[in-house]
Amino acid sequence: MLSFTLGKLIRALTVLLGVSFLTFIIGHSSGDPVRLIARGDATEEQRAQLRHSLGLDRPVLEQYRIYVGKALHGDLGVSYRQHVDVSRLIALRLPNSLELAGAAFVLAMGIGCALGVLCVIYRDSVLDNVIAGLSVLAQVVPGFWLGLVLVLLFAVHWRVLPVSGSGDLTHLILPAVTLALPTLGRMTRLVRGGMLEVLQSDYIRTARAKGLSERQVLLGHAAKNALLPLVTQAGLELGDLVGSAFIIETVFAWPGLGRMAVNAVQQRDFLVVQGCVLVIAAGFVLINLAVDLLYAVIDPRVRGRS
Amino acid sequence: MSFWARLIRCPPARRGLVMLLVMAVVALAAPLLAPADPWKVHPAARLLPPLSRSAVDGADALGRGANASGNGTNASGPGADASGNGANASGNAHTGAGATTLHLLGTDSVGRDVLSRLIYGSRVSLTVGFAAMVLSALFGSLIGVVSGYFGGIVESLTGWLVDVQLSFPFLLLAIFLLGALGGGTLAVILILALATWVNYARIVRAQVLSIKNQGYVEAAHATGASVGRVLFVHILPNTLAPICVVASFSMAQAILTEAGLSFLGVGLDPSTPSWGTMLNDGRDYLLTAWWISTMPGIAIGFTVLGVMLFGEGLRELLDPRSLR
Amino acid sequence: MSAALLDVEKLAVSFVGRAGARTVVADVSFQLEPGEAVGVVGESGSGKSLSMLSLLGLLPDGAHARAAHARFDGRELLSLTTAQLNAIRGREIAIVFQDPLTALNPVLTIGRQITEVIRRHFPVSKAEANQRAGQLLARVGIPDPALRLRQYPHQFSGGMRQRVTIAMALAGEPRILIADEPTTALDVTVQAEIVGLIQSLQRQTGMSVIWVTHDLALLARIAERVLVMYGGRLVEDAPAEQVFASPRHPYTQALLANLRPEAASLAQGTSASVQAGGDAAAVGCPFAPRCPQAMDKCRTTAPPLSAISERVRVACWAVSPEEPMAASQTNGPTSPQSPQAASLPKP
Repeated sequence: MLSFTLGKLIRALTVLLGVSFLTFIIGHSSGDPVRLIARGDATEEQRAQLRHSLGLDRPVLEQYRIYVGKALHGDLGVSYRQHVDVSRLIALRLPNSLELAGAAFVLAMGIGCALGVLCVIYRDSVLDNVIAGLSVLAQVVPGFWLGLVLVLLFAVHWRVLPVSGSGDLTHLILPAVTLALPTLGRMTRLVRGGMLEVLQSDYIRTARAKGLSERQVLLGHAAKNALLPLVTQAGLELGDLVGSAFIIETVFAWPGLGRMAVNAVQQRDFLVVQGCVLVIAAGFVLINLAVDLLYAVIDPRVRGRS
Repeated sequence: MSFWARLIRCPPARRGLVMLLVMAVVALAAPLLAPADPWKVHPAARLLPPLSRSAVDGADALGRGANASGNGTNASGPGADASGNGANASGNAHTGAGATTLHLLGTDSVGRDVLSRLIYGSRVSLTVGFAAMVLSALFGSLIGVVSGYFGGIVESLTGWLVDVQLSFPFLLLAIFLLGALGGGTLAVILILALATWVNYARIVRAQVLSIKNQGYVEAAHATGASVGRVLFVHILPNTLAPICVVASFSMAQAILTEAGLSFLGVGLDPSTPSWGTMLNDGRDYLLTAWWISTMPGIAIGFTVLGVMLFGEGLRELLDPRSLR
Repeated sequence: MSAALLDVEKLAVSFVGRAGARTVVADVSFQLEPGEAVGVVGESGSGKSLSMLSLLGLLPDGAHARAAHARFDGRELLSLTTAQLNAIRGREIAIVFQDPLTALNPVLTIGRQITEVIRRHFPVSKAEANQRAGQLLARVGIPDPALRLRQYPHQFSGGMRQRVTIAMALAGEPRILIADEPTTALDVTVQAEIVGLIQSLQRQTGMSVIWVTHDLALLARIAERVLVMYGGRLVEDAPAEQVFASPRHPYTQALLANLRPEAASLAQGTSASVQAGGDAAAVGCPFAPRCPQAMDKCRTTAPPLSAISERVRVACWAVSPEEPMAASQTNGPTSPQSPQAASLPKP
């Protein structure tokens, strides 16, 4: 178990290094930050001095090394536009993003699994077909478009929820539901498909031969087997959620990391972008690591092997 | 029975294929189907709701009059037919005093006909989706074949690349790159291709691993075939089926992502009539002119549903055990 | 003889698919006495497992069973509701399946899988169920039951897993144990242990055991009576000693010849002959195409299972030519123990 964990940890670190390097290179080649910072009337000399003080006159690899070294101490540089520590900006926005993504994740997983199991309990019924159809629909339209439609219905037409922004819990509902819907649809289908597949296996026949009720067979035997492999999927879905959050946060004017990153890209504030990418990528890597370890803990087969 | 015959008999694949054909016809016949010029700005006819009419602009009559079948009956049909197959409800009804244009799905913020832009938008969305799909299939399959066939350090390296890619907040990378490169159709296609190659690489690698040690591949080696020949003549063709399945799903993803990027304003040029740019255009008018944003969403849903059904059918055919 | 524990008459199983219905089991009739050990022998695809599974409603999707009657202890098995059936499954009739590697749920502990049977069928506390499960493990020869109950299937060897499934089957104290090829997936050395275990458990509990197997030699040692199936039909039903001393059906003869090396060549054609999943409702005797004694009649009319002595029934025109055809159609394949006329629409 220890070597397994260690291996995964090393892998995660190298991946993080790769991500940060790529981001750095892209950011580095996307334009000269001095043009953003320096006043229009700055002389060439002043610019060179600024460049020097920012360390931009050093070789790229050297700059990258310095950046990583500082990043390890929590220093992600200073925003060229807002003149505030990037880590401070991120610390301000991150909780909002976590709140939104967390709420969406819980919604999608909880309801998705429940609906999937429901479909299997009432398989081939009208309910099954309706749920399956809706779960397909949730996947074929862009998530943010669904958000717009929801806004039209709930905020504009019926006026029961606020259009955008953040504040009390009601502000969270629309963006969280919007963010959750595509994942929810996918989970429903995966759970349903997984359960149906598991129901074909020998041990389900054994469970039936023991005289267990259909409920015991489905929930006690099939569900656990069907849901286990979905732990990995859940990790991917969480990544997907964070990815879509960039758009959803923008649509709903949610003050999270995603919206800040999108704005920063548009303003070419590349240290902010770089910081956001790094934090999010670190989150991804951590999630994947957690999923791998979690899987090893909950699946007795993997647990036994390592 | 041939593969295609079986595919047609598979219900989801058949439905998907029909939907895609409809979209393809709409895209190809866009000039014939569109009731108005999708680029032409009409400041006087801004934000008109569906089913309203506007005075015909002089320039508009140039090519448009030809296919102006001008029957008022079609106009009474439900306006939600965004797929455009009912789009010949077109043109200039020569009624009463002056010629007017019927805007079946209304007009946008600068007075362009929404239906016409939807119809022309199908060209952009399908092209972008298809091109991105082909590019990423080529790239991803190549990576997959190479890593599966050679193994060892090549495999570790590509595996690491896959991990890096998957840990990247891709959409942000896309926004970043597009911001740096400047938008444009070609850039969007390249970025989208970059988004999905991982899926091909994974599945092709798995296939190659299972095919590699089969008799006929070893026989090819024994007869002295070159590595390249073995890869491209003996191994790659056998991975085509799963590639097709992945391709249909990645095309769906590409269309959705394009819409997302254009919606954020970093994708295609805003004047290009694409479904994504239309969504973006309508965003600010959500409260007053709901039709601008909702219609392209429906079009996207229709197309992506077609692609996904087709992929679903393919998968069912290739793997009958899979119930998903 | 009067109160058969299990009384099956004209059992048929068919698969309904897009291409129409395909009958894989037809005309299977037999009885089982309390405490009896019966062997059902046949090759894969002969319908022996499906016949047994159908009695408990455990057929795979798309398969349906019908019968003139299929009574367990007076209850009509095929017309019970699932809830009623669940009271019988595991409690009155238990099954040990062929492959212990897949028959146990990999993500649940052994203890959980045994106690759920106990708690399902007996009103006992969790603690008591656990205690009983431990006793069961000890009974099937698994050392250190307290520890083993907390373990998962992958921590057991194949033979040990089969012992676990036997313990699971015993947990409901069933009156019938169906052993569906319980040793096929195991090492040869382990096979004998498992067979011996089930036999000794049968002696202790007095339950009936139905051995489903393709191994006729095995049945020589363990079964009192042997049912031979071919192509979805019952072709011979006789006491074990008679089957081995004087097999009547040509297929049984071929099977036996197969067991004797010097006669192997004779049986070569027949042993490899079975087409798995053949249509049991096809015209004529299913064995006719391979039968050395086949007559014209065999290819047009399936022979009914007819009694040729008090305890022997054979379905073969060559063996019981004197049996009038008309009788078979009105009475069906009668057995002396079940004189009641059965009218079932031909599948």
